[in-house]
Amino acid sequence: MKNNLKEILFNIAVLLGSFIIALFLGSIILLIAGVNPLVAYHAMIIRPVSNIYGLSEAVVRAIPLMMVGIGISIAFRSKMINIGGEGQIQLGAIAAGAAALALPGLPKVILIPVVILAGFTAGGIWGGIAGWMKAKLSVNEVLSTVMLNYIAFQIYLYLIRGPLIDPSELAWGTGVPQTARMPDSSIFQRLIQGQRIHSGIFIAIIIAFLVYFLLWRTTFGFRLRAVGEEPKAANYAGVKVDKYLVLAMILSGGLAGIAGSIEVIGVHHRVLEGLSANYGFSGIVVALFGRLHPLGVIPASFFFGLLLIGAEMMQRAVDIPSALVISIQGLVILAVVSSNLILENPKYRKKFLSFFVQKL
Amino acid sequence: MGKIQSMEMVDITKTFPGVIANKDVNLKVESGEVLALLGENGAGKTTLMNILYGLYKPNGGKVLINGKEVNIDSPQKALELGIGMVHQHFMLVPSLTVTENVALGIKFKSKFSMNLDRVAEKIKKLSELHNMNINPNLLISDLSVGERQKVEIIKALYHEANLLVLDEPTAALTPQETDQLIKWLRSVIGEGMGVIFISHKLNEVMEVSDRVEVLRNGENVYSTKTSETNIDELARNMAGRDVKLPTAERKSKYGEDIVNLKDVWAKNERGIDALRGINLNIRKGEILGIAGVSGNGQKELAEAIAGLQKIYKGEIRFKGENIANKSVQQIIDKGMGFVPEDRLHMGTIPGFKVKENMILKDYLRDPFSKIFLLDRTYINDYCKSTVDEYDVRCPNINTPTHALSGGNIQKVILSRELKRNPDALIASYPIRGVDIASVQYIHEKLLEARDNDMAILLITEELDELINLSDRIAVIYEGQILDIIDAKEADKSRLGLLMAGVKEGVS
Ligand SMILES: Nc1ncnc2c1ncn2[C@@H]1O[C@H](COP(=O)(O)OP(=O)(O)OP(=O)(O)O)[C@@H](O)[C@H]1O
Ligand SMILES: [Mg+2]
Repeated sequence: MKNNLKEILFNIAVLLGSFIIALFLGSIILLIAGVNPLVAYHAMIIRPVSNIYGLSEAVVRAIPLMMVGIGISIAFRSKMINIGGEGQIQLGAIAAGAAALALPGLPKVILIPVVILAGFTAGGIWGGIAGWMKAKLSVNEVLSTVMLNYIAFQIYLYLIRGPLIDPSELAWGTGVPQTARMPDSSIFQRLIQGQRIHSGIFIAIIIAFLVYFLLWRTTFGFRLRAVGEEPKAANYAGVKVDKYLVLAMILSGGLAGIAGSIEVIGVHHRVLEGLSANYGFSGIVVALFGRLHPLGVIPASFFFGLLLIGAEMMQRAVDIPSALVISIQGLVILAVVSSNLILENPKYRKKFLSFFVQKL
Repeated sequence: MGKIQSMEMVDITKTFPGVIANKDVNLKVESGEVLALLGENGAGKTTLMNILYGLYKPNGGKVLINGKEVNIDSPQKALELGIGMVHQHFMLVPSLTVTENVALGIKFKSKFSMNLDRVAEKIKKLSELHNMNINPNLLISDLSVGERQKVEIIKALYHEANLLVLDEPTAALTPQETDQLIKWLRSVIGEGMGVIFISHKLNEVMEVSDRVEVLRNGENVYSTKTSETNIDELARNMAGRDVKLPTAERKSKYGEDIVNLKDVWAKNERGIDALRGINLNIRKGEILGIAGVSGNGQKELAEAIAGLQKIYKGEIRFKGENIANKSVQQIIDKGMGFVPEDRLHMGTIPGFKVKENMILKDYLRDPFSKIFLLDRTYINDYCKSTVDEYDVRCPNINTPTHALSGGNIQKVILSRELKRNPDALIASYPIRGVDIASVQYIHEKLLEARDNDMAILLITEELDELINLSDRIAVIYEGQILDIIDAKEADKSRLGLLMAGVKEGVS
């Protein structure tokens, strides 16, 4: 028991230590940019957790990160690397938006599931294509998902500029590329007056537990993990390896697609440019940080949500180029991920632990 | 550092979570001798050798070379000191060439370039010097098991190793290759090499070693000169009891054909005909042995019946139905069991828990799962009792399977296949790497299954095993069944001739 406590303390110490190192390096950047690091960091670290707005915004960002991160974890369990989150989010968003606009008369309890399902389907098809290309044509999925991102992006732009553009944009002649507002019956409830945090968070957490259950408690998950761990043995045991590669990618893409639909009906209430906000890529880091485990991804996505909003707040507080903000953010991610490595690798772990215990 | 005159391991202790793999183990080898290291599966032999080779750090104890303590913290250090090791499961990169694999362990003078031609040349020289016939430019994936082993040996020789650890080197070799290896060992110990030789094949141990050290449960239990002991005594000391291998009682009546192959043709991965018109039948309650030098189509034959290998001509009837090219799942469901040759990557999923591997073929069935939900309580109970029943040595059923010793992995597979009680079972090399007590156990289980009317196809290179267990023996040669003989009439010399492709009366 006491040892356990020590371990936990140690984990926290390593995380904090690397965090501080990252901040220190970041402060050099800030000083060069002529900014007081203390002011900047206060905005980045303290502010997000000290008011409702910051917390709400962190959760708003955590939701899509969670969905994408879980999707990437599933793909990874069958040894597929899904870099196609961006495209899958976008197509999920557009399908969700189209479904909601087409069926405005449906009651909320039906329309919201339909919209989410539409997003899942579109993202799933996009992921599934990469899975199918891998299984049947041996096309590396990293390559295909990246390429599919480009295609998805063009489809997305075309649709929100053309067929799906808000008729009033045309009427007013402004031509902002976005769809009309989603019907009220499709929109997630806001949880706090005046804040953007919405009930999508519950859906996301429920999905995380469902996926955990699916992977470790069902025969489907057993097969999926078997294919990822050792395809030869899975085949020997009667699993159709190709089929499960495709299924894993469908699920993975589908979850990113859900992220897209939630962004539409939870945050923006329209499909508009820039909606995917790089969640498709940040989701990879979230998945890794969550140890590619659906339940690990939950805290990981909250943490990254905080990091993202913190960076925005810092930028507003000290007015530095966003490139610098991104690089500081990168430093923090690097620090966290590498400290994670230290914690995972028994060799380093031992070294650090003995050092730590001596000092205690 | 000069040549190794003597190497001593003193009071070595090594623990893993939940197991003590080595406990105060002592071991000594001198140059010019072969020390056989024996012990049951999981006794701690490989662990001890991995410590010597710098792969594991012991919790206690020390290693002395020529009387001086040394600290071996990496394989590179071990190689520098002159210690080479050939692992139980080879450590070569299949997609690289022989030269590149050897070069991986070399410290080059420059960090940015390496002279591969020089390496290749030296490999060629070594290969000639030791009669190994290895082409340094071939990919590892194109080499047979025997050739891969030679590459491992060359790797050690490249570093001028003069203490060589061979961890179950003969487990996967053909009898001819084994003879070659033993001959080669004789010649190098004559030149002052020291050898630690791990094997479960006691007749080889008697033939090649000078001294024997036996471990049980991670401790030294017996140490002797080979000339002062015999096979029974070694077996007794390993197992802690007398070991007697069973032989099949002859039957006079067999049931109907369970498996029936008619004119089966199949190509191997390289597109060459591996099966060329196989005709075979396996009857209910019979063990049909397949004799043959490895690489004559055994693997393809087993996999074709199990549905893992496509055939392009002929039919495979199983309980009356043609199962040729049916899906693996269908064939499993129909009642086919299969113990594959490659136990680590086909027979089990290394990263899965022991319990997950134990239900690898049953998870779809009630009571293991209902509709699509795995029943964890049932699975845990089932696996716990299986581990006890089959005496699988593992810390617990949640241990990842790759952490088990080789023989225990084999037991996991066997338990799974036998407990499903299939109508037919294909057993490829079921006792490869298994200790003698477990061989007894496995043989008893196979015979018991046969007496309960299972039809068994037994593929092995061990002629004793074939003769002891089989009812009939079919000899496979270049993808064809050369002859099928009654096991009563089989003797080793006749089988040996057939295996070499010589059929009596035909020239
Ligand atoms: N990496 C590991 N992690 C955990 N346990 C291990 C690990 N390696 C070995 N063990 C355990 O240590 C014990 C000794 O294993 P070892 O591989 O040394 O046996 P062995 O004598 O070589 O057996 P075999 O003849 O079957 O190869 C076994 O109980 C095994 O499960
Ligand atoms: Mg071993």
